[in-house]
Parts: sequence; C-alpha cells; structure tokens
Amino acid sequence: MEYPLTFEQYQQGLSEGKLLGLHCQSCGAYTVPPQGVCRNCQGQNLFPVEVKGEGTIRTFTVIRVAPEGKQPPYVLTLVELEQGSWVMGLLTDRDPEKADMGLIGKRVRLAPHPGNGSLSPGEIQVPKFNLIAD
Amino acid sequence: MREVAILGAAMTKFGISRKSNLEMFAEAGLEAIGQSNLEPKELQALFFGNCLGDFEEGQLHMAPFAHAELGLSLSAPATRFESACATATVAIRHATLLVASGVYDLVLAGGTERAARMGTPLATRTFAMACQAQYEAAAGLTFPGVFALATHLYAHKYDLPLAALKRDMAEVAVKNHSHGSLNPKAHFQKVIQVETVLSGMMVADPLQLLDCCPFSDGAAAVVIAEAGMARKLIKNPVYVAGMGQASAGPLYRQQDLTRVRARETSARAAYDQAGLTPQDIDVVELHDCFTIAEILALEGLGFYDFGKAHDSAARGETTFKGKVVVNPSGGLKAKGHPIGATGAAQVVEIVEQLRGESGARQVNGARVGLVDTLGGDFGTVCNLILRS
Repeated sequence: MEYPLTFEQYQQGLSEGKLLGLHCQSCGAYTVPPQGVCRNCQGQNLFPVEVKGEGTIRTFTVIRVAPEGKQPPYVLTLVELEQGSWVMGLLTDRDPEKADMGLIGKRVRLAPHPGNGSLSPGEIQVPKFNLIAD
Repeated sequence: MREVAILGAAMTKFGISRKSNLEMFAEAGLEAIGQSNLEPKELQALFFGNCLGDFEEGQLHMAPFAHAELGLSLSAPATRFESACATATVAIRHATLLVASGVYDLVLAGGTERAARMGTPLATRTFAMACQAQYEAAAGLTFPGVFALATHLYAHKYDLPLAALKRDMAEVAVKNHSHGSLNPKAHFQKVIQVETVLSGMMVADPLQLLDCCPFSDGAAAVVIAEAGMARKLIKNPVYVAGMGQASAGPLYRQQDLTRVRARETSARAAYDQAGLTPQDIDVVELHDCFTIAEILALEGLGFYDFGKAHDSAARGETTFKGKVVVNPSGGLKAKGHPIGATGAAQVVEIVEQLRGESGARQVNGARVGLVDTLGGDFGTVCNLILRS
C-alpha cells in the first residue's frame, strides 16, 4: 500500500496556500488532514484533492503558558471545514486579548502563508486561519 | 478466564521529590510486595509504567533497572508501558489479563514519574508530545489547551454562560483540594476557596492555574494474583470485577470534545464485564487533570446525563455523603499527577477505600469502586471496577 497523501505533501500544499486532503471514492467523505484510511468509512480507495480552505470556528483557546520554544500568547482554534473535517490551526488576525466566546461560529479562511511550528527536528508548516468579514 | 485479585497496593508521597524514578518505584514496589507477604523473587513479571524518563533523567529502558532495584528473578520479564497519563492503568489491565488467562499467577504492576523535575516550559512541551505531533502539537497545543478547547465547546453546546461554568469548575477544584487536605500522600494538602481559583493566572483561556493539576513526582505499584492464591496470602484481597480500554484518534478527528467516546466505550465494557451499573459504584477515582475533565468524566462514566455534571461539585453531590464520592484522594488536582504513576495511585486509593483503610477520608461502607484514567488528548481511556 502506498500512503495516499503524506505529511510532506500536505505541508508543500500549505506552503502554497492550499489545503490538501483525501476524497473517499467509496463514501464520498473528505479526510483532512490525511491519514491511512477514510475517517468516515475506513475505506482505502482514496484520492488526494485540494479542498476549499473555508470553515467555521467550533472552539478556541488562548495559550498563555506555552511549550518551551513557543512565544505566547497565541490563539488556537479547531475549524470545521465545509467538507466536514476539523483542522487544528492558529487564528492569527484576532488579538488574543479580544478572543472570546463570540468567536465560536465565526467563518474563517485559510491564510495564504502558514506558520512554522516545529519543536522537534524538521520544519512543520501549521495552518493559519483568518476571520471572514460578516 | 480466572478470577484476579489485588494484594499489596502502595504509593510514595506525591509532590516534588529528590529521589530518582527508580528509587521512588523501589519504595512503592517493595512496600506492595511486603504487604502481600511475598518475597520479590516470587513475582513472575513486572508491568512497568513510565512516560518521560528520557526527558526527566536521560533514562530510556527503565523497566529492567526497576526489575533489578526490586530484586526480581531473571525469569520475570520487565516491560515498559506508555499510554500517556493512562500508562499505569493500562499496565495494570494487561497484567490482570495475563494473570486471568493463566500465563502468570503473581505479578507486579505500576509506574513512576518525575515530572516536576523538568520545570514548566519543558514539562509543558514534553506533555504536549502526547498530542499528534504533525497536525496538532506543532500548532503549539498544550494539555491545558486541549481542555480549554473542550471547556469553550461545552459552554457553547449547553448554552451555559462561561462565567457560571467557570464558577462550577472552581467548585471541582475546591472539592478535590478539600479531599486532598485529608490525604497525607497528596501533593497539595491545603483547602482553597472558589475565589482562589478564579483569581489565579490564566494558563489557557478559560483555564486558570488552579483549574489545572500540578506536575508531580511519585510512584505507585500493586501486586496482582490469581484469586485463590491471593486468598492464601492475605486476608482481604480486592477483586477485579471488570475492565475496559478504548482508543480514539487525534483531537481534530474526535470533533465534539464534550463527548470522550473512548471513555464511553471503555466504561461500558467494564460495567458489562462486572454486571454493574453506575448506580452500584460507591467510590470513584477519575481523571480530573483539569476541573472540566472531572465534569466530562462524570458524564462519560454514566453518573450524569450529558451537559448535567457541571454543577455536581457545587451541589455537594460528589463529596462525602453525596450521590457518589469522587476523588476522595484529592484526585489528580490535589493528590498530584506523576503521569506514569497516576493510574496505579488511583488503584491504591480504591483498594484502601474497599479495605476501610482510608482514615479521615474513608467512604463509609464502600464495596465497589471505579478507576478512570484518560491518556493523551482523549486518545486512551482505561477503566477498572474493583470490589471487596
């Protein structure tokens, strides 16, 4: 079995402002970020696709005590994409001091450039999201 | 499968220790073996829990050294288990399975951790290594962050004002610190007030310092045996009535963080095996790594409907003489959370409660107890139901 969409490929997509995922030919679900099998039906008939980087903030936090190597404060969010997957990312255009419950349900879009999130050997691109004006 | 019982059960004081992981584990292990009226050479295997010894002390492959510290025989294999915060519970479950199946008659299981030694920045980073490295941890997620995400989702889903939910959560901390004040082995033994919690520094919005358990050092161990052999060795074995363990994927895959699906699956398996329901449980040690975590656990374990446990501590339902006594030891919040030892310490507390040995924090007439341990960002849950 050839891994359907590697982290390296996913990162390459992010660095070009694209969100990549897997489209299941059996059930139609999208799996973003990728994994070995479909997140919905565990099927293995998966094709890499670019998905639209828009979705809705489902929850968030402001990290104020950070892991060694990170500079707090920063806003983390779980975004539900239009395709149904949830993605962990940074919300970079909201002042952490103004991050409140009003964020939940707000629409966001993938920012054109990711952040660098590596703590261990190797670069890691992290999705950044920006709020879409109401 | 054969019936399995717990004999000796021991833990070090939790807190900040100058002793090494191996020294702490030797103290707990030898005490548990001694309580069982056994010599170390009689044990047939060691199920050893440790998470971060490499970062804490530069020590990988700690299990054979623990084996030597205890004086186990060459034929008794020592194997390291790692399931993040559920490490020791998972080690105990696998020890129990191999005794039940007849592979071994008599084994030692437990864990040790020296988390406080790392200091907050490194400890925060290494704990976050239990999140998915490529797609979660890299964004800067921390463990307080995981439960902070769950808290905001809980408030939104159940339409609770965040300030009211935070006050209810503070009551969980107040209750568990109150219990910890009765436990001479607890990391924190001071009573706190709701206002103390609500005036603490913000760690990950909306979790403040006292919403979070501490980084702790400590070890705990239990001797596990086939029930007939246990009855010959000591007068009051505690029996393993049911067990469950379940796994889930990364946080982003789990989506609705107010429902810990691995717990619901694991707990159901444990209740089914024991032939019991939540109403049969007298005392619970559950995974209160954060105040919101106790609320999620009470719902996932079936003590409350979903969305209804948030004011359980405020109503006095989870302390002595309440609906069910939750974390009489002080829980992870006050007793402390040396992650590789935590599950074994939960078992120690339940065993002592079922034997009536808990002194000032004894739950009167406790006959059935439940252990609940969560590993990582909801990826592992392990449950044990014990009975006297």
